[in-house]
Amino acid sequence: MSTIYILWLRQIKRYLRSRSRIIGSLGQPILFLVALGFGFGPIFQKAGQGNYIEFLAPGIIAMSILFTAIFSGVEMIWDRQFGFLKETLVAPVSRLNIMIGRVFGGATAAVFQGIIVLLISFIAGFRINSVLLILFSIIFMILISLLFTALGTAIASMLEDFQGFQLIMSFLVMPLFFLSGALFPLTGLPEAMKIVAAVDPLSYGVDGLRFALTGSSHFGVGIDFVVLILITFLLLVAGSFLFSRIEV
Amino acid sequence: MIKVKNLTKKFGEFTAVDDISFNVEKAEIFGFLGPNGAGKSTTIKMLTTLLHPTSGEIEVNGINPLHHQDKVRESFGIVFQDPSLDEELTAFENMNFHAVLYKVPADVRKTRIEELLNFVELWEKKDEFVKNYSGGMKRRLEIARGFLHHPKIIFLDEPTLGLDPQTRNYMWNYINDLNKKEQTTVFFTTHYMEEADRVADRIAIIDHGKIVASGTPEQLKAQTGKDNLEDAFLELTGRKIREEEASGIDRMRMHSKMWRRRR
Ligand SMILES: Nc1ncnc2c1ncn2[C@@H]1O[C@H](COP(=O)(O)OP(=O)(O)OP(=O)(O)O)[C@@H](O)[C@H]1O
Ligand SMILES: [Mg+2]
Repeated sequence: MSTIYILWLRQIKRYLRSRSRIIGSLGQPILFLVALGFGFGPIFQKAGQGNYIEFLAPGIIAMSILFTAIFSGVEMIWDRQFGFLKETLVAPVSRLNIMIGRVFGGATAAVFQGIIVLLISFIAGFRINSVLLILFSIIFMILISLLFTALGTAIASMLEDFQGFQLIMSFLVMPLFFLSGALFPLTGLPEAMKIVAAVDPLSYGVDGLRFALTGSSHFGVGIDFVVLILITFLLLVAGSFLFSRIEV
Repeated sequence: MIKVKNLTKKFGEFTAVDDISFNVEKAEIFGFLGPNGAGKSTTIKMLTTLLHPTSGEIEVNGINPLHHQDKVRESFGIVFQDPSLDEELTAFENMNFHAVLYKVPADVRKTRIEELLNFVELWEKKDEFVKNYSGGMKRRLEIARGFLHHPKIIFLDEPTLGLDPQTRNYMWNYINDLNKKEQTTVFFTTHYMEEADRVADRIAIIDHGKIVASGTPEQLKAQTGKDNLEDAFLELTGRKIREEEASGIDRMRMHSKMWRRRR
């Protein structure tokens, strides 16, 4: 338990100390909120879909969580290159516990980032009915964070250096985001797009978050919840297997 | 304490460790010597669960590291040849992290950290981020960290690399103490022959992945008819510098590491 805690604490310290990273990673969500929110707002309204900021904000929160979480996982490549990974790998702690500590730490940072973006979206005009909904939404933030930190860690277990990172950004992270229904409603899409969105785990994260904050949902909040938990669990299992095979 | 039989490690076509066998007894101080690229670090990595052998058998503290990784990790401590600190943490945080991971009891944790940081003269700078440390200070911190918990076996991969004579002396005294008082088995590598001569009970010399000689420092000197270990070492491994092959690769690895770091 104390070992998971110390690994968690290390991730948190590293996150809080990288101020420029925290601030830097807020730029993108703000830009998306302003440019898309205000830019597409009128068209969205005309199409009879209601307030776009209200639709968009949960998607942007999910986006910033996705990016932070994946990055927290992939950050392990730094540890490998700076040599610190060795130090944890020879410690008398099961690699499953090391993996769990790391994932919890990275996920906590991602949840934190999600909450900041939620607060920013209030400035951009996003409104919710009750403050309590924030607590409800945090449940989904936690699930999204855990899922994608585990994914990032699993990926990082297979990479020796940052050369593959760009590939992962363009062919995994970006598609995960753009095809998830973060930016547009999933109803009325062409069949192929619908299928893609249905296999994208982020879709369920966005949907759950949107339900928690605004009350509207595509898949149904129960399904969102179950799918997120299942995939997180699978990724943790796969991740700890890959993690346990790391050689340095 | 350590048993190695027909151990081999290949990286692709290249054989880094070639069918070596040796034993290290309990409470022995064992020197593992060899020119650059001989396969010393690779052997240590296999003994400490960081690399899988290509073939052969190993046993550490009576446990097979291949089948019981977690268990074997409880019996040793290690100081690596390459850096292994978290530069974004302070020296104290690095020590504390290690102490918790290695289950140093909470009541002795603080005192032992203070004692060891004083020992390497870093206590005053304990709250400084490691990235602001000089190379030698980082090395001293790694040594101090390696001694935080008292394992049955301690692996030291070129521990004295880049250390000043004062710290080097302190360090060997500390190790000798540990060895006498707690019967700690010590497995170390070094390129300083006079150091190996002074502290090692027994030595094995490895070259091109093969063990070419082993015995007490006296036996090695007698075997080669030399009066110091340095000459005996040169006699056994030849005078040819290993720059071209081994260090060339190492240097390339260093460069690419530094280059990546700068990005
Ligand atoms: N991951 C790797 N991939 C390919 N070759 C490797 C790898 N690790 C080590 N080698 C090669 O294996 C050989 C033995 O390396 P090792 O690090 O064990 O040498 P060493 O005896 O510790 O040398 P030194 O005194 O320079 O530390 C070297 O030729 C090295 O280039
Ligand atoms: Mg070496």
